[in-house]
Amino acid sequence: MPRLSAGQRHRVSFSLNGRPVAGEAEPRLLLSDFLRGVLGATGTHVGCEHGVCGACTVQIDGVPARACLTLAVQAEGADIRTVEGLAPAPGRLSVLQESFREHHALQCGFCTPGILMSLDAFLRQRPDASEAELRYMLSGHLCRCTGYVPIMRAALAARDRLREEPNA
Amino acid sequence: MKPAPFDYVRASDGAEVLDVLHRQGADARILAGGQSLLPMLNMRLARPAVLVDIMHVPSLQSIADDGTALRIGAAVRQAELEARPDLARRQKLLAAALPWIGHAQTRSRGTVCGSVAHADPSAELPLLLVALGGTVHLRSRRRHRAVEAGAFFTGMMATDRADDELIEAVSIPTARPGAGYAFREIGRRHGDFAIVACAAVVENGRARLGIGGVADRPVAQDMPGPDDEALDEALDAFAWALEARDDLHATARYRRELVRRLGRATIEEAARCRA
Repeated sequence: MPRLSAGQRHRVSFSLNGRPVAGEAEPRLLLSDFLRGVLGATGTHVGCEHGVCGACTVQIDGVPARACLTLAVQAEGADIRTVEGLAPAPGRLSVLQESFREHHALQCGFCTPGILMSLDAFLRQRPDASEAELRYMLSGHLCRCTGYVPIMRAALAARDRLREEPNA
Repeated sequence: MKPAPFDYVRASDGAEVLDVLHRQGADARILAGGQSLLPMLNMRLARPAVLVDIMHVPSLQSIADDGTALRIGAAVRQAELEARPDLARRQKLLAAALPWIGHAQTRSRGTVCGSVAHADPSAELPLLLVALGGTVHLRSRRRHRAVEAGAFFTGMMATDRADDELIEAVSIPTARPGAGYAFREIGRRHGDFAIVACAAVVENGRARLGIGGVADRPVAQDMPGPDDEALDEALDAFAWALEARDDLHATARYRRELVRRLGRATIEEAARCRA
């Protein structure tokens, strides 16, 4: 049984956006801080640190989850996807990201990475998601700028576009 | 908002889990999905010396349906239960209440047994367990025992679990033919803690109503049926017996009124939904 001691750093490795990564973490280090502080992947934002605001939402093995409620050591061997993995190529945005840009679905942008990771997973799982279902998914995120209306508009537009071109 | 230091043990079988609990008791905490424990650690409301991760223990990962109850292992995530295609048919109350637990982004990792262990008085799963008369299965190196849900929750985030015991599973009774089930909840926003949550079972003209979010633990009581004129009086007595308190989210008076009105509406819905 592996026992990792407090106060010492231990090697943690997983797949980040399709690439193997590794770093050193104390058992108490949160996945959100491991991503940002150890791996330098600062796209994932840290808000409330108790699972309420949704800013730190990433995909763990394909499903959205709070990075602030996950220890880095729990992510050993997992498939982690973050906002850095959404764009298909440098200089190109994903359909969902492009839709956010087009519909002004962000102002300060702090909540955006988490919302994108939730919606990206949900639209993949439920390409025919209704407006009510998308709204329900969005209830796991706080945005203090937009009033959510443009976010919903962007989510619906992205859904429609992805339905027409699922591989876009 | 960072946890205090702790050792981390990734257990690969049940015996390892029980060994750590046996040796370290109250200094050890079980880490399952972490969706209740990690906020406590981040806010340093809990400072355990060691966390035992049980999510890699194969014997804790299954859901067994024996025809009268779903036995849900300690490592079963809420999302996994929610995704069972036959859930609404086997126990409508579970299908109705699961979407109210936290958010999809926390149910993806949070476990059923973890919510029961945390015993938040406004939590949905402890309420369901009490309303349906479920069972909590506890195991330590000393013994194995099954505790009725009504006796398991002993107060605000307090349970009958001893420091060396693991909740290895909970049993949630499945729907009985002829019985109706309904769940309703009032909160400020979806995903917030319940101000009042109601779970009702109606069978043979009688009702059983469980209330969460009011007392220091979920409480269920037998009630007259929806067509019985004694129901209003029984609801009123129940509302007072729960000793509601004022807090940031609602007054005690508002909570009592919700027990009366939402309680009745939930019982009526359960009666309409009889299988």
